[in-house]
Amino acid sequence: MMHGNVHKIAASRCIENWFRIESLTSESESNRIQCLDASRPWLCFWILHSLELLEEPIPAAVASDVCQFLARCQSPTGGFAGGPGQHAHLAPTYAAVNALCIIGTEEAYNIIDREKLLDFLWSVKQPDGSFVMHVGGEVDVRSAYCAASVASLTNILTPKLFENTTNWILSCQNWEGGLSGVPGLEAHGGYTFCGTAALVILGKEHMLDLKALLRWVVSRQMRFEGGFQGRCNKLVDGCYSFWQAGLLPLLHRALFKEGESELSRQRWMFEQQALQEYILLCCQNPTGGLLDKPGKSRDFYHTCYCLSGLSIAQHFGNVDLHHEIILGREENRLAPTHPVYNICPEKVAQAVQHFLRLPVPDVNKSDPPFCC
Amino acid sequence: LAMSGVEETSNEPVNVKEDKEFDVEAEEHIGDDYFVDPTRYLFYRDRKEWADLEPVPQDDGPNPVVKIAYSEKFSDVYDYFRALLKNDERSERAFALTAEAIELNAANYTVWHYRRVLLQALSKDLREEMRYITAIIEEQPKNYQVWHHRRMVVEWLNDPSEELEFIADILSQDAKNYHAWQHRQWVIQEYKLWDNELEFVENLLEDDVRNNSAWNQRHFVISHTTGFSDPAIVEREIQYCLSQIKKAPHNESAWNYLKGMLQDRGLSSPPGLLERVLELKDTHCSPYLLAFLFDCYEDALENSNQKENVGEEERKETLRKALEICELLAQEKDTIRKEYWLYLGRSLKSKSGISSPSDESPEPSPEERD
Repeated sequence: MMHGNVHKIAASRCIENWFRIESLTSESESNRIQCLDASRPWLCFWILHSLELLEEPIPAAVASDVCQFLARCQSPTGGFAGGPGQHAHLAPTYAAVNALCIIGTEEAYNIIDREKLLDFLWSVKQPDGSFVMHVGGEVDVRSAYCAASVASLTNILTPKLFENTTNWILSCQNWEGGLSGVPGLEAHGGYTFCGTAALVILGKEHMLDLKALLRWVVSRQMRFEGGFQGRCNKLVDGCYSFWQAGLLPLLHRALFKEGESELSRQRWMFEQQALQEYILLCCQNPTGGLLDKPGKSRDFYHTCYCLSGLSIAQHFGNVDLHHEIILGREENRLAPTHPVYNICPEKVAQAVQHFLRLPVPDVNKSDPPFCC
Repeated sequence: LAMSGVEETSNEPVNVKEDKEFDVEAEEHIGDDYFVDPTRYLFYRDRKEWADLEPVPQDDGPNPVVKIAYSEKFSDVYDYFRALLKNDERSERAFALTAEAIELNAANYTVWHYRRVLLQALSKDLREEMRYITAIIEEQPKNYQVWHHRRMVVEWLNDPSEELEFIADILSQDAKNYHAWQHRQWVIQEYKLWDNELEFVENLLEDDVRNNSAWNQRHFVISHTTGFSDPAIVEREIQYCLSQIKKAPHNESAWNYLKGMLQDRGLSSPPGLLERVLELKDTHCSPYLLAFLFDCYEDALENSNQKENVGEEERKETLRKALEICELLAQEKDTIRKEYWLYLGRSLKSKSGISSPSDESPEPSPEERD
């Protein structure tokens, strides 16, 4: 008896308008969008991924314009920055590479300077295995995920680059079973996703206490709201529909690889219907876009991650085994998303295939990485 | 579906010179336009002392996407910031401008980095910088860059003496601010300031026993000081948990802490714990209590594999109780986690190697067994 429909046409038209409109303006305070001036590749990713989940084609002209813009965000010393002329940073680097892979044209792939990207990753690598987010910046587990994601997609990954990283990420798993941003802190959905997905990329997810992690993440689904909280005893938030629920596909696969025989063949180990209800009934803005919880305003970040979580909740399995649970009308069906990279699986495969044909670059030793 | 929210016009006063606004003292500083009327903001492009610098507009390219509608002030400040960056200018005026740039977007990590370069190049007063960053964090406590900057200044000064009190103040406004806790843990660990932290934690838990960040800090302090090996410490912590649980039975944090503290050594290791929890079952029951019981039974089963004096009957009974709890949680007490509890039940059954006469696990549907 569900009446929630993802207002697909409204959402996608709205998103596309935001993308191409003369300028992004915020709904209430003008400084709220200015505060994203160092996150513009994120805006590209959030919007492109939302459109691909909604199965809205990206017009070729838009795609090309995005490529050229991201090219201007690329730093001469490698990696991508939050905007033209800014310093490279792992978060916009992650977002830019993902955005370019979603576009998936030769033009898009060719934007990435792989040799310089590798230099950049080396420049932020720390001896203890962690990565700083940017030169002179802070360390936390997001950086390992951003680095592993871009390195694996563009085929510049070498074991040496991630030496000690596995152990550092493992040290972020705490007494709660989830992972913290840095060792010692509280378990948190965003950081848990980043650490776990990074380990999956490195092939080391089995080294986590998977049982404890599973118990922690399933406990983050709110029995009343149906959505997920980011930390124990905190409030529900639509974006955790992806960061938390997205862990279940990762854990399902990890446990399967460990020989678990009793895993379901139809469902993830969270209440998929309840999450869909929360997103559709509580997280939509009637004029398009999605949000944290009722009463909050819409934004591109929540639009991206609510839709990503909805996709996870709708689709079980992989290429071989696929079972859908679509709440409401068939039009609510979104495209599946890859639980590690959070772009569509076909785009992952296509990018990986493209870059595998290229040689892994050697670290450019003539330009020593600077660190301060 | 037009985007609502029109860019608000800049509310800075227009730079109109009106004779009436000149006061007598200001006439000596006739060249310093902005001293005439302190409320009158002058764009950098109109400031004489900046005339030597050519502003650098942002290079978004011919067909920009995700274009932001910057206010005039924002564009002006950042045009000049880009100019300074391009020339790597290390001057007082550059330093002053970084503060303006930060005010407009405190998340611009490039500006923060540059400010740190200037702090060192100009040998700026770091105590004053501490005052500055204190004010910024109070305004914007959920920003990564401001906390990282504070950490750098504290490191340069090698002086953590203000930190615990400052962080306590931020936590008094938001007791779960992740950045604040991160900074607090760094300070405590780096400068070995463990002494009063357990007391600090207990006060926070007194305010809100459901504050999971505080429970985490409790674990942090103890694991880095006394550790959890000493049975006396473990007993103290068990008592603390059980007493908090009696006050607030549905507080997941307390249950998680109890389990988290014991899981490495085994939940059956403290003698009598299972019984103490069973005592609470009738009056203080919760899905967390039941899950804890399940964990105790599971732990007993796992460890009884090594013990010869645990008879097969006893193991069967333990398994039965564990599966009964799974079923209760899945079907009635914790249905949101039904899929999980059903899986745990199947998994435990399969691993226990114990067969039962009526192996009545729900028949998987034909689709499941493909």
